[in-house]
Amino acid sequence: MTVGTANWSFTQDDFTSITESLKRFLGDTNSRCALLVDRSGQLVTTVGEAPGLDTTAFATLTAADYSANDQLAKLVGENDFSSLFHQGEKDSIYVADVARRLLLVIIFDSRTTVGLVRLRMKDEIEELTLLVDRVFSRGRNSAASGGHLLEGADDEIDKLFNW
Amino acid sequence: MINYASREINCKIVYYGPGLGGKTTNLEHVYGKVKPETRGKLISLATETERTLFFDFLPVDLGTIRGFKTRFHLYTVPGQVYYNASRKLILKNVDGIVFVGDSQAERMEANLESMQNLYDNMSEYGYDLTRMPFVIQYNKRDLPNAAPIDDLQAALNPGWEVEDATKRRVAPDPYHAGENLVEQLPGGEWIERAPYFEAIAVQGDGVFDTLKAVSKLVLKALA
Repeated sequence: MTVGTANWSFTQDDFTSITESLKRFLGDTNSRCALLVDRSGQLVTTVGEAPGLDTTAFATLTAADYSANDQLAKLVGENDFSSLFHQGEKDSIYVADVARRLLLVIIFDSRTTVGLVRLRMKDEIEELTLLVDRVFSRGRNSAASGGHLLEGADDEIDKLFNW
Repeated sequence: MINYASREINCKIVYYGPGLGGKTTNLEHVYGKVKPETRGKLISLATETERTLFFDFLPVDLGTIRGFKTRFHLYTVPGQVYYNASRKLILKNVDGIVFVGDSQAERMEANLESMQNLYDNMSEYGYDLTRMPFVIQYNKRDLPNAAPIDDLQAALNPGWEVEDATKRRVAPDPYHAGENLVEQLPGGEWIERAPYFEAIAVQGDGVFDTLKAVSKLVLKALA
């Protein structure tokens, strides 16, 4: 497959494991919701309270924000800033890298503290990294690539463009 | 990215090209024309004078294929030379590229510089532009100082050598009768060119042809 820049796929099992892990984290920290976003800005999943915002736009801006900060880190001689924190009057967000592939975004309010979120985040990132590594190692072995899904679908692809 | 859990296929397309070439205009036209229920919000991170500072972003749903919702994320980059650091960030994990060239003869140098910059930025990520979905749009065809298509093609889309022997056979250009995307030059060398489209983006001409072509290439690359 030549397109190959971001080819990977989630199965239902991956999704269930990731969701369960994030639910535990939200319960432990009393945070509102978690969004998992890939580094190209695509939303993978949302867990917890409905965030009540445009999640597609949110995912894109998060990835851009994180990437820009990554470059800022390099300019000051750091490899990366492993997390970002944006504080608001009511809601705040905490963003952390997962396996250099995904971003975990936690939205929380005054029911918890940034200290608790940060404290529990380290273990959560380790757990998610194991799960995500499993997804990507399988992707490289092409077990669940788009090849099977879209094989022979040329006609269907042509029919999509009836704007 | 294919998400089996939410049954979605997400793809990222980036509109690249020199400043004031019409990249944002392409997205604005798509935004204005597709049904509101099939597109998200158009996000522009722009300066006060409406020059793109970081990117524009528009998500568009194409429909369902094999039970999967296909969603394309369209991005533009800032065209001005100055913003290379942010431009490069947008290319990360790209699935397909549209190069929007400015047809005006006096913008040829800016086109060439931007095309070179695209190749350079892609190769820094380890991506090979000649092996991924890539189309070129020559915009502003209505202007009196627009250069002839042959001149633009010769400068911006001269073709790259086909190294894979199995691909060395004539491939007609489906969008231009009598022209080929893959062909043998009189000297014996086999070359491949990117599909190209003429456009007047402010009027919408050529905008959807370009988007359809690159979207199809992206989906067929997955197949």
